[in-house]
Amino acid sequence: MRFVRDYLIPRLIQYVLVIFFGITAVFLIPRLTGQDPVLEVIAQIQTQGASLDPVAVKSLMESLRELYGLKGTLGEQYLTMWKRIFSLDFGPSLFQFPAPVSMLLRIYLPWTIGLFATSTILAWILGNILGGVAGYFSQKRWSKVLDAVIMLIRPIPHYIFGVILLILFAYLWAIFPAGGLMLGRKAVFNLRFVMTVLRYSFLPALTLVILGGAAWFQQMKLLVQNIKREDFVQYASAGGVKERILISRYVMRNAMLPQVTQLALVLGQVFSGVLMVEMVFSYPGMGLLLYRGVTRGDYNLVMGITVLSIFTITTAVLVLDLLYPLLDPRIRHR
Amino acid sequence: MEILRELFRDYRFAVGFIFLVVLAILAFLSFFSPYDPVRWLQVPRDLAPSREHILGTNSKGQDVFWEATFAIRNSLIVALIAGFLSRVVAVLVGFLAGYKGGLADRVLMGVADGLLVIPLFLILVMVAMLLRDAMTIVNTGLLLAFFGWAWDARTIRSQILSLREREFTQTSILSGNGTMSLVTKEYLPFTIPLIFSTLISNIAWAIGMEIVLAILGLVRLEIPTLGTMLQWAISYQAMLLGYWWWILTPIVLTIVLLVALYWLSVSVSEYLDPRMRIQRIGVRET
Repeated sequence: MRFVRDYLIPRLIQYVLVIFFGITAVFLIPRLTGQDPVLEVIAQIQTQGASLDPVAVKSLMESLRELYGLKGTLGEQYLTMWKRIFSLDFGPSLFQFPAPVSMLLRIYLPWTIGLFATSTILAWILGNILGGVAGYFSQKRWSKVLDAVIMLIRPIPHYIFGVILLILFAYLWAIFPAGGLMLGRKAVFNLRFVMTVLRYSFLPALTLVILGGAAWFQQMKLLVQNIKREDFVQYASAGGVKERILISRYVMRNAMLPQVTQLALVLGQVFSGVLMVEMVFSYPGMGLLLYRGVTRGDYNLVMGITVLSIFTITTAVLVLDLLYPLLDPRIRHR
Repeated sequence: MEILRELFRDYRFAVGFIFLVVLAILAFLSFFSPYDPVRWLQVPRDLAPSREHILGTNSKGQDVFWEATFAIRNSLIVALIAGFLSRVVAVLVGFLAGYKGGLADRVLMGVADGLLVIPLFLILVMVAMLLRDAMTIVNTGLLLAFFGWAWDARTIRSQILSLREREFTQTSILSGNGTMSLVTKEYLPFTIPLIFSTLISNIAWAIGMEIVLAILGLVRLEIPTLGTMLQWAISYQAMLLGYWWWILTPIVLTIVLLVALYWLSVSVSEYLDPRMRIQRIGVRET
């Protein structure tokens, strides 16, 4: 019960507050820019060659105002926005008119979550294991070589790294498709479908796992190098604990905990990376949807993606934080 | 001089420094470009690298080498505006939150945490979408600065928190120093290395972000930057048509720039961290 009062409830309040402020920011920031998305859309339509008479423009503006929730005072608009979010109504998408944004999101979100979850978990596990072992044997030659390679990969941004893998493995040595996995066909879960998905997801996932893994590797290596010098490790080593057990149970386990906290902190950035990589490989997720929405000036869609992403990330962080006490005995008994 | 010699002994510092100097020279060369960076069809299109055009020409009829010099310059300007301005905010917020504590700390860190948890990239995209026509290099830099301080404010704050607990803080307060002099004379020197390393990682972040904004078509595409160069190459299918000189130029330049910055920052922060220095000396002896 103390766990509920001291940990769970404050954490849930924080969760609600972050979502509240995040979405309020999404509401306010565009309005602070002083630009009118409605005029943007009209300009967009006009540059595409359609000539509209003034009366039509006026009625179009009216209906767009309604659609974007730009009617009434700021307070009214704010309330309308929350009402719409709770009923999961982001209005119709403009680039796939009249498909509602919520429908598009429902189709594309599972793909993003699949890629996000798989690649983040894989990157975390691989990066931490490799980093831990390399940190423990930091004087060995292979550890130094690995470290140098990681130093080279680490600063490359997601988009650029994705393009490099795309050029290498989809153009020069075309063993993987350069994107273009289509959605909309009914998903039949047979072996062929799974193989297709794996083929198309491999390069995006590889990009994310290598870049993410590099970051975890470096942090873990540093942590382990420090823990290795601590008394309890020296003592266990002197007491004849086998090296394999020493690494896994004594050193790595202790270094894992801050890495879980760190994961919760960087999840938002990792998610941004996922969106960028999806754009490179035309992977049918929220990143591709975002790309299409932005290039076609589909404001409703971009807003829907942003709101849904805020929910996804904050919820993922909450789950991680709630799992944390299960991993760290010191917190459980506090 | 002694410091520099010590730093240059680290191959990462030497390589990073030389790369940066080369890139700076390239950026500076843009002032002597024989071509206008914005105009199209100044040279024959799609030529492979030759003596006349060392990096070939693109499908817009521009010389890739001279375009690249402008791109480096503009990308660096965006990144430097973003980096330095967000440093000012990060330092102010970090110092204020860390030193004052209490309500100021909770409010400021609440804002920073909020900015961290939500995928900032999407908010950036939303704003850029509305400001599209105004996204010149300066404004892109300002926008990135506006969103790029939260993480580093957090880092600086925790450093200040630990400094505040040390004895010299009490000594300084008891000897009658004001808050301003305490902060600028005692704390700032301690945090300079940290501020420097956050500056470099922020610059790298800004360069990467600018590229993605350009790919989305959210900056003024006629202004050459590393991002818009890549955007044009991709949208003209340079990859498919085999114009490798066009698409690889911005990619290679970006990687060289970011690797150089990263190595420089790692090397400098290791040099400034006494624990690492001891370890390094230890390594050299064995």
